[in-house]
Amino acid sequence: MKLTQGCFSFLPDLTDEQITKQVQYCLTNGWAVNIEFTDDPHPRNTYWEMWGLPMFDLQDAAGVMMELAECRRVYGDRYIRISGFDSSHGWESVRISFLVNRPPQEAEFELVRQEVGGRAIRYTTIRKPAAHASS
Amino acid sequence: MLDVPHATTAESSETNFDLRKEAEAAGITDTLQQLEQELIGLRPVKNRVRQIASLLLIERIRQRAGLASSPPTLHMSFTGNPGTGKTTVALRMAKILHGLGFVRRGQVISVTRDDLVGQYIGHTAPKTKEILKKAMGGVLFIDEAYYLHRPDNERDYGQEAIEILLQVMENQREDLVVVLAGYGERMTSFFASNPGFRSRIAHHIEFPDYAEAELLVIAELMLRERGYRLSAAAREAFEKYIALRRTQPFFSNARSIRNAVDRIRLRQADRLVSDLNRLLDVADLETIDPADVLASRVFSGGADAQRSAKP
Ligand SMILES: Nc1ncnc2c1ncn2[C@@H]1O[C@H](COP(=O)(O)OP(=O)(O)OP(=O)(O)O)[C@@H](O)[C@H]1O
Ligand SMILES: [Mg+2]
Repeated sequence: MKLTQGCFSFLPDLTDEQITKQVQYCLTNGWAVNIEFTDDPHPRNTYWEMWGLPMFDLQDAAGVMMELAECRRVYGDRYIRISGFDSSHGWESVRISFLVNRPPQEAEFELVRQEVGGRAIRYTTIRKPAAHASS
Repeated sequence: MLDVPHATTAESSETNFDLRKEAEAAGITDTLQQLEQELIGLRPVKNRVRQIASLLLIERIRQRAGLASSPPTLHMSFTGNPGTGKTTVALRMAKILHGLGFVRRGQVISVTRDDLVGQYIGHTAPKTKEILKKAMGGVLFIDEAYYLHRPDNERDYGQEAIEILLQVMENQREDLVVVLAGYGERMTSFFASNPGFRSRIAHHIEFPDYAEAELLVIAELMLRERGYRLSAAAREAFEKYIALRRTQPFFSNARSIRNAVDRIRLRQADRLVSDLNRLLDVADLETIDPADVLASRVFSGGADAQRSAKP
């Protein structure tokens, strides 16, 4: 199952050329660009690990693409995303975030319902074990 | 992107080019003219810059005409004595390359060994990469590049920086232009022990020392920029100053002139303030008198020379 998180995730995966353009858009806007990776892409897991420091003083996307290439080389078997953080007053938050790498074997999730008092329902997203996912 | 076979057939419709318009659109006519006016002398350097600009312009037109074109290698080395204008020209070069679209952003990141080389194992690569990332899309100017290489210490971390640089200079030629600068002989021995650099650099540009007449014009230009002018007698005094200063130690071409100009301003101000009972007019404020020049210690054996050792 194709994981859909962040911008563009219902589109076909972005090519490197398209990623470069998005990154350049972030840099031109003065946003800090971050590369993050994880092997736990649960939708509630907001804390991915950072690849290096936020890149806030670059002029050109080629610098970010250099880091991305390095990150893919080391963590090519994980999810990698790029985000753009806008530090300007009033925003101070992530303005864009999109996936730039998927593991060969995607993570799979399952929605579990639990009926509780008064016929209310609780939902839980649980990750299917890897062996199960591969079938 | 140039080697897509059908791109040629699709775009070969353009067959005529108005060269003047093309040059103006790229902004090189202006930049070259500015280079001509603001930098005195440096004939060989200006010629070379013009050649490079022409090549880039023609290359760009050829590309549109659908002719075979390969992105030229633009890495350069600037060699010459202190104060001959290497840093100044590097900044201009970035503008030209940017105008012609051969670098995407046109910033210049100016670094020396300390910005690239770390203090302990594992420190150098991230430092060098950090600088490279900032320089992407522009020009990386490495001043006194020979300090990267310490022949007496084969474990020196400089070697690691050199290897990263060589790799990026080769593989990311469209992403950045590297300019190495330094004094002539030391650069020659640096290239001799790092042939990788030599072969990756397409343009070796030598900056000649300035002639006395050129130094005088530079002085006048600097004074004009700061709103001063030399009186006729002061001009003569300054000619003598240049002739003497050139023979003294630590002479560093245009930079020595800049320092001299700064000290002349001090002496002029001192002279004016020494007589509080007079009324000044604008001419007094602008004019440099011979006394302001002649008071220099260059005329009495050159204690000034010691002071200008540090720019
Ligand atoms: N041809 C010139 N015309 C006018 N000013 C010049 C010229 N060349 C150099 N200068 C001035 O001289 C000063 C020193 O020049 P610059 O810093 O470019 O020298 P450099 O070759 O980089 O010296 P170093 O090797 O010591 O770093 C600057 O203030 C610059 O503006
Ligand atoms: Mg310099």
